[in-house]
Amino acid sequence: MAEKSKKIPRQKMPEQKPEIRRSNFKEVPFGFDKESALLEASRCLKCKKPSCVEGCPVSVPIPQFISLILEEKFDDAITEIRKKNFLPAVCGRVCPQENQCEGSCILGKKGTPVAIGALERFAADLEINAGKKDVCLNVTKTGRKVAVVGSGPSGLTVAGDLALKGHDVTVFEAFHKAGGVLVYGIPEFRLPKKIVEYEIEKLKSCGVKFVLNYVIGKIKTINDLFEEGFDAVYVGVGAGLPSFLNIEGENFNGVFSANEYLTRANLMKAYDSDYDTPIATGKNVVVVGAGNVAMDAARTALRLGGENVSIVYRRSREEMPARAEELHHAEEEGIDFKLLTNPVKVIGDEKGWIKGVECIKMELGEPDDSGRRRPVEIKGSGFVLDCDLMIIAVGSGANPVLTRSEKDLSLTKRGYVEADPETGKTSIKGVWAGGDIVTGQATVIMAMGAGRKAATDIDRYLAEL
Amino acid sequence: MYEILKREEIAENIILNEIKAPDIAKKAKPGQFVLVKADEHGERIPLTISMSDKENGTITIIYMVVGKSTMIFSSLNKGNFFEDVIGPLGMPTHIEKLNKVICVGGGTGIAVLYPIAKGFVEKGSNVDVILGARNKNLLILKDEMDKISNNLMICTDDGSEGRKGFVTDALKDELEKEKADLVVAIGPVMMMKAVSELTKKYNVKTLVSLNPIMIDGTGMCGCCRVSIGGKTKFACVDGPEFDGHEVDFNELQMRLTPYLDKEKKACENDNCKIRGNRG
Repeated sequence: MAEKSKKIPRQKMPEQKPEIRRSNFKEVPFGFDKESALLEASRCLKCKKPSCVEGCPVSVPIPQFISLILEEKFDDAITEIRKKNFLPAVCGRVCPQENQCEGSCILGKKGTPVAIGALERFAADLEINAGKKDVCLNVTKTGRKVAVVGSGPSGLTVAGDLALKGHDVTVFEAFHKAGGVLVYGIPEFRLPKKIVEYEIEKLKSCGVKFVLNYVIGKIKTINDLFEEGFDAVYVGVGAGLPSFLNIEGENFNGVFSANEYLTRANLMKAYDSDYDTPIATGKNVVVVGAGNVAMDAARTALRLGGENVSIVYRRSREEMPARAEELHHAEEEGIDFKLLTNPVKVIGDEKGWIKGVECIKMELGEPDDSGRRRPVEIKGSGFVLDCDLMIIAVGSGANPVLTRSEKDLSLTKRGYVEADPETGKTSIKGVWAGGDIVTGQATVIMAMGAGRKAATDIDRYLAEL
Repeated sequence: MYEILKREEIAENIILNEIKAPDIAKKAKPGQFVLVKADEHGERIPLTISMSDKENGTITIIYMVVGKSTMIFSSLNKGNFFEDVIGPLGMPTHIEKLNKVICVGGGTGIAVLYPIAKGFVEKGSNVDVILGARNKNLLILKDEMDKISNNLMICTDDGSEGRKGFVTDALKDELEKEKADLVVAIGPVMMMKAVSELTKKYNVKTLVSLNPIMIDGTGMCGCCRVSIGGKTKFACVDGPEFDGHEVDFNELQMRLTPYLDKEKKACENDNCKIRGNRG
């Protein structure tokens, strides 16, 4: 087996060519065909103690589902994945596998790891294309009611897990569409919205109810939910409040938070002329930050007609937090990286529009609290970048909308919800929390992992009621 | 879906809609707003809740037809639906019993001012009201304001009703006559700016309600950021009301302009073909 796996190289998903995809919003990789999926599945060593599973925040039974793919039992493969992961088509696309399952794969020690993410996507996409939705037909109802606040990845995981246990789950979403960051944040070219819709339909077929346009903390408090008969509440409202740079001129028109820019493009579909929400387009675009959100913003601005799109980042390449794949895709599409560069002032024209960004060059000094070398300004190195659209993607703070109305909910100094890392329990009995509102901005799969732990604890709690 | 129970053109190009939204009506407080979206393709437009009726489960919004979205809204009749109404959003007005409150409203800002003035009256405050409009055809909620206020003063730019001149002229006379505890000023940005500059001279605390462009209305996008006392605040979660003496009105005015050209084009293109399915 090991011999065989060495001979077969890691299969690559075919992709849209950079020069074509840079002007459309269609998904970049096409996904495996059957032949490459089988070849790739044959590379798996089926380790007895699979370290890949340990590397997965929701413990997907990886060797098992890969074996099923190899046996061409594709229906069984997705059923196996779904035992642990309610959003396989999403995770197969947006998880940072290189740091998780694939990062722990034995094959990666001497060569390249099994393409676990691509195989997960393959199995999930087959199911979507077949339109198979009935997964909860034989569940016995418990009669217990659970409210999930927020329909992002952690909320959907909680909803799915608890619906499978027979609880009556209602998800409250502030926006007019369910999915949270999967819908407003991650662009179509990285995660087609029809996939999110499919997963949500799937939850609905399991009896999960979705109430849209419903801002808990405003239209109802957590206490109202208990009074209405909910037995438990899960808070997964996401991070929210975008951070700005606090530099002069930041409020000129044409300066956006990545959240705003992406929400206009993704949720409000501003790139589609059939939709009314406007979006600013720029010739010279500067995106500040170097995480996945920054890459999404830069690649969106490029697709909307940006001619020179630059990532401006105050540290060096090594410290960039974005996934390697995202950096690679961005570079292929022609995004320019201005590293060790820090914006210090936004310059506007007489009409209040941005026309340039004053920047200064940086060098790396001693390590800071994060363990990364601290960027230090190089005196006298200031210069001005022409810029008519600037997008700030430097993270976000805690959203106060729900927490302000819940005086008994303990918060951290920075306004995040205090929750037990193992169970998600908060300071209020019957209330759990997880995802970005607890950890600050993290990844889809981390939020799902937190949802999984909380769902397990909620189920235990409901059984004892 | 949110049913429109009443549609009335209460002044030239100014529409009132009463909407069935029982859960919002139950919680709505003066100063709060909703985001309204007509259909799948529409924009999310923030509009203040002018009136709410807990018993009948309704809220009332009032808007001037200024662009494509409000044009679409205005094409909806009684019995039609808004696809999305989200709220109540924003911090409610801090309403207390005060000896004298002067409420100053301009244009459709009067619709925002009405529930606040009413709130102060219901708490036992003495409320004077000054309303301004370009001309008498654009004046709204005059009778409603007359009912609740101690003293109602009207100003029109052309003198077609009440005093000829700006609301600041009438306000100055009032402040000269008697000390006020609070001025609440809601209307066009430059009106709120002028009022705030005036009240600063008289050292009277002044509340204004800001109307920047918004998308989510829940603090997530930062589009509605305003500078208050030199600090960035989000109007949707920290406001929409702020201390008028701290607001950077010029910046607010500037930030209201970026899509005007696109909006104009959208209106021209769609003037004769507002999307179907309007019943």
